[in-house]
Amino acid sequence: MTNRLAWIATLVTGLFMVAQYFIKTNATNAIYSTLLDYYQIIFAVSMIVGGIGLLKQHSLKVQRSSQRRGYSIVTIAAILFMVIAAGIFGTGATSPYQWAFNNLQAPMQATTFSLLAFFVASAAYRGFRVKSTPAFVLALAAVIVLVGKSGFGEMISQQLPAMAGWVLNNPSTAAKRGILIGVGIGSVATALRVILGIERSYR
Amino acid sequence: MQRVCCRVFFALPHVFVDLARSAKHVSLAFGFVGDTVNSFFLAAGVFDPASLVLLIWVLLTCGAVACFSYRRRVSRLRLRAIPGIAAIEEAVGRATEQGKPIVFTTGWGGDIQRPTTLAALNLLRFVAGKAASYGCRILFPTHDPVIAEAAKEIIRTAYNEAGHPDQFREDDVTFVSPSQFGYASGVDGIVSRQKPGAIFLFGTFEGEALILAETGNINGALQIAGTDSTIQLSFFIVACDYTLIGEELYTASAYLTDDRRVQSSMYAQDLIRAVLVALLLLLPILAMFGVNLFKEIL
Repeated sequence: MTNRLAWIATLVTGLFMVAQYFIKTNATNAIYSTLLDYYQIIFAVSMIVGGIGLLKQHSLKVQRSSQRRGYSIVTIAAILFMVIAAGIFGTGATSPYQWAFNNLQAPMQATTFSLLAFFVASAAYRGFRVKSTPAFVLALAAVIVLVGKSGFGEMISQQLPAMAGWVLNNPSTAAKRGILIGVGIGSVATALRVILGIERSYR
Repeated sequence: MQRVCCRVFFALPHVFVDLARSAKHVSLAFGFVGDTVNSFFLAAGVFDPASLVLLIWVLLTCGAVACFSYRRRVSRLRLRAIPGIAAIEEAVGRATEQGKPIVFTTGWGGDIQRPTTLAALNLLRFVAGKAASYGCRILFPTHDPVIAEAAKEIIRTAYNEAGHPDQFREDDVTFVSPSQFGYASGVDGIVSRQKPGAIFLFGTFEGEALILAETGNINGALQIAGTDSTIQLSFFIVACDYTLIGEELYTASAYLTDDRRVQSSMYAQDLIRAVLVALLLLLPILAMFGVNLFKEIL
């Protein structure tokens, strides 16, 4: 019975969301706006639940006295500091919350992001090893685009930037569009299977 | 024979001219029908006529999927082998043999509404089912608490169905952080500390894709990835052992299920794609005769 109710809710909401995209009336706009509000409320509540779950999980790790409890202590301290600081001093430009965000969180995020540069180099090294004909074509296309799009390419030959542009605008775009057509059809089919209850990840 | 060839040769231009004229009439008819329908909806004031072509394609795809799923279940389907899907069971088995857990994550780019996330959660059901039956631990870090709750229920159900409800640990499904690189750092930490035997990266990934894939690679995990993002696909292809490209992610569950309705819907997807490819070939040819139907049809 519960499953049937879940499926009916999915069906009605799913069909409405498809219909409201095409049919614009005051009633459909109002219902759509209300549904979005409900989603925001559910998301906000789930963030609180998620935060409490995270605190609970790390508290358990600290209690279990595991070797890695240092990480959990730092996590708990960080969550509590941000919540308490925002609650007492607000989130203004000179608040401790903003200070922690600008001086701790933002640099840590930038550090993780900067790892990409090294990972791109190691992944490219593995990806461009010529072991077969397709791998040779890939490596050739990569060399043309890399050299052609840099200032160095123009110094070697005036044709290289044009060749790089051709590789990006023709074979690369064609392949991307082919994938995107499949993705579009697949999205519609997956959504429909879920709406109709043909495919369910719950039982 | 020569006479026939000559006749055909001289008749061909007339045939092409007639074809072009007919096509122009068809084009005018299409335009007329389109204008009439647009005027009707504009007068009714409920429908945006600019969305008409999209609506027709959505209805056509939905109709084909529903029709094949419910009425015309294809009795003999020959599925193209996709190595990434075939390797899912191997990956879970390998992790079990090594006594290591598996990691499954849906990426930072998608919330629960995205079809990619839904497809990934459908795949999670199969992966969790295999992991539960083999007695393998499954870790699910995510950036979205709603996805975490959905995943928790899916994994719990899989362990219950496998007859090992006691092996399910709620702590293994973790909401890490809503921040992109906070999430990436969290997952990297889990991978570096737990050293999983297999990693499944299915869903919508953005800048964190390569960070996750390379960390998994460094830690020696067998990695299977799948995403609809064309930019991140290139990173997954070089960093992961197997990659599901675009639509393969949506059809993966059809490969793993015995449900004929799901498999038949995949046949409908192929049919719509074949129609699109035919139109993409036909429309430029018609355009050469001065009949431009791109706007009316696509």
